[in-house]
Amino acid sequence: MGRGPVAALIYGGSGVAALLVTGVAFAFLIQGDSPWHLKIPIGPPGLGASLVLDGLSAVFLLAVGLAGATASVFGWGYGRDGAHKPGHHGPAPARVLPFFPLFLAGMVMVLLAGDAFGFLFGWEVMSVASWLLVLSTHDEPETPRAARLYLVMAAIGSLCLMVSFGLLAGPEAAFSFTAMREQGVGDGLTALAVVLAVLGAGSKAGLVPLHIWLPLAHPAAPSHVSALMSGVMTKVALYGLCRILFDLAGMPDWWWGALLAALGSLTAVAGVLYALLQDDIKRLLAYSTVENVGFICLSLGLALMFKADGKPVIAALAFSAALLHVLNHSLFKTLLFYGAGAVVAATGTRSLETLGGLIHRLPRTAPLLLIGSAAASALPPLNGFASEWLGFQAILNGPQLSLWGLKVGVMVVGVFAALAAALAAACFLRFFGIAFLGRPRSAEAVAAQEVTAPLQLAMVVPALLCVLVGILPGLVLRLLHDAAAIAVGTALPASGSLGWLWLAPVGQAGGLAGNSYSGFFVLLVAGGLALLVFRLIRRHAASGLRRADAWGCGYPPVGPVSQYSGASFAQPLRRVFASGVFQAREQVSMPEPGETGAASHLLRWRDPAWDFVARPVWATVDWLAGRLNHLQFLTIRRYLMLMFATLVTLLAIMAVLA
Amino acid sequence: MGEIGYDVAHLLGTSILLVSFALLYQRRLTSLINAFAVQSVLLAAAAAWQGWIQASPHLYLTALIALVLKAVVIPVALHRIIARLGIHRTIERVLGVASTLALAVGLVALSLALVLPLAGEAAALTREDLALALSVVLLALLMMISRRNAIGQVVGFMSLENGLILAAIGVKGMPLVVEMSVAFAVMVAFIIFGVFFFQIRERFDSLDVQYLERFRGEGDR
Repeated sequence: MGRGPVAALIYGGSGVAALLVTGVAFAFLIQGDSPWHLKIPIGPPGLGASLVLDGLSAVFLLAVGLAGATASVFGWGYGRDGAHKPGHHGPAPARVLPFFPLFLAGMVMVLLAGDAFGFLFGWEVMSVASWLLVLSTHDEPETPRAARLYLVMAAIGSLCLMVSFGLLAGPEAAFSFTAMREQGVGDGLTALAVVLAVLGAGSKAGLVPLHIWLPLAHPAAPSHVSALMSGVMTKVALYGLCRILFDLAGMPDWWWGALLAALGSLTAVAGVLYALLQDDIKRLLAYSTVENVGFICLSLGLALMFKADGKPVIAALAFSAALLHVLNHSLFKTLLFYGAGAVVAATGTRSLETLGGLIHRLPRTAPLLLIGSAAASALPPLNGFASEWLGFQAILNGPQLSLWGLKVGVMVVGVFAALAAALAAACFLRFFGIAFLGRPRSAEAVAAQEVTAPLQLAMVVPALLCVLVGILPGLVLRLLHDAAAIAVGTALPASGSLGWLWLAPVGQAGGLAGNSYSGFFVLLVAGGLALLVFRLIRRHAASGLRRADAWGCGYPPVGPVSQYSGASFAQPLRRVFASGVFQAREQVSMPEPGETGAASHLLRWRDPAWDFVARPVWATVDWLAGRLNHLQFLTIRRYLMLMFATLVTLLAIMAVLA
Repeated sequence: MGEIGYDVAHLLGTSILLVSFALLYQRRLTSLINAFAVQSVLLAAAAAWQGWIQASPHLYLTALIALVLKAVVIPVALHRIIARLGIHRTIERVLGVASTLALAVGLVALSLALVLPLAGEAAALTREDLALALSVVLLALLMMISRRNAIGQVVGFMSLENGLILAAIGVKGMPLVVEMSVAFAVMVAFIIFGVFFFQIRERFDSLDVQYLERFRGEGDR
């Protein structure tokens, strides 16, 4: 077929390059250097371009590099013959191979850009390349619509960012970040730039209500690309948000943080509720990304509020929590998407209701996915817990804000965050339980076979890192010092007298209140207790495995459909939370006595973001386009007149301003 | 040289602007073309004068091109076209003279308001020249949109180009090659317009551009 060597070359090259990027970022963070500048001669005329690596971009670069390396391995294994079940192939490699390195390069470009042009150029490369990657599965029925929506949203986001940078650059056209940082453009313009940045970067990151494209586009791509889009591309968008709000726009106002925290808490709860309702495993993971982006934005919002309030140490705590969660989410979300890809490769289906019992058929994938699910549920001692715990420490310091509205507001936000965290655990319990436990619900699930070694390797690496970061979060936190110093002016002080095994932002000079946590000791205690319980049970219970038929209440043994299903698992939560906001409705039709037809259970729900945000906007655009259509049929003189009028108006503006 | 050089340049520039006003209210095509020829002669004189006071001989060449091409060749050719098409008695409908002139005065005021403060540090001569040139350009644009006849629009276009040359000669050190290429572009445009006139005339029996509107490739609107 001739595609083997080419694929190996491209994925090998991308993997090595990504590892290199990881190494550079890691080395930079370890040394804690001053920023590295590199002038490059090509660029817009008269401005040139520059690359800058500083503490903030290096953290994100680390996430991109790691995910890029594992995605290359996974992609290589995924594309090879035999990785898929017969009759179910991924997209043709020619549709993926050219754009995969481009996608990675675009993300790295965004992170390294030292000026607005480089940033926006990389941003566009990233958007277009990922759009093409989504389109690689264009023969699936839902993909074209998802891709179109994605393109439209990406264009709107880029436009917002472009205008935002333009406003921040001011009349001097200071497009390099160094110059932008030094000049202020006045409160009104900065406020507009901040709102536009939240819209632009937020639409890419998946902030509610701009998230509508994300759960359609992310799952449509091949799994390793989904992992990159969900695990890393949203982080690159958050990098843009951090760069503008914390670095370029100067000293924040309190409402920047309030806006971000409110949107973030809404996003976290809405995202996880959506995720709970999903049947498609990849879409479930995409919605879970929305939730995590919400949590990160919430922490960033807190950091902005504390920074504006003159409490830099607490701001550093919130900001470090956000960045730590950025790293953690990129680890466990890539792992989960690889796992979903492995399930798709093994069974050919993404529907939760057709899976089940995979723990016996995928004995190596299952524990890895369990680690990912536990991390996503924020269970100690895994990494998801460490960063969410830090975030909650920041929330608990909320009463130290001086504005009364914010004191109360932060507590409300905290309630939302806690709800989201609890629901996330339920969501991943459902994900893992329905897909891997119980009995297979379809012939495909029965016939599933363990995936090949490269796919397993790509999952093992992030799984190990999830555990490692969870046990020793204090060490990772040290890598974030420079970033926090750039963003809020001071780094989170080292963990005091308790040593590097502990996360203990307590009683520091900045007036932090709170408690301490050590992943390592939690692991020791939990592991010891588990071992003890295991021993006790083994001693006092019967040894050996016994299998027996399930008790069917006297009926003859019924099939696997009688098991708890994904929809029934979610039902209580759906009834409590989703019947109002999402208008979830159930319809049960039972056959009349004597009829032999099957009963049916119909479940419908809708996303309010479509009804209240997307549709009105589209209706307006449609109406405007209809109006403007007349412009196409004017006479030559009218066109000349329009141009003349425009020219005279612009000249008049110039005359007035001068 | 200073005082008198400035005064004469100013006088010539202002005369060109004055002829632009005259161009706006001409009703007959022949007098329109004659007015354009006068403007071109004045432009040639302005270019020659600038060549003298700036001591840059290449401006004499510019003056010569303007004189030969725009004061003689193009007007004569336009007259012949009108004669061959038999439209030399045609009266063009112009927007009301009073309103057009009022609009034109407003445009001149706008360009003065725009250029005088902007080029504050530049030499006074350059500044005045720029303001005059911008006025000429704007008036020519106004003329292009207020005329229905294709010849009227072409004269407007040529007058616009006169305004550009006026701006160019006022600035020291404008390379000759720019003016040469502008002159050449005008020449080519003129030839194309000439061919175009006969084609329109052949098809529609009129030079009124509104007959063209029906023949655009956008369906039957």
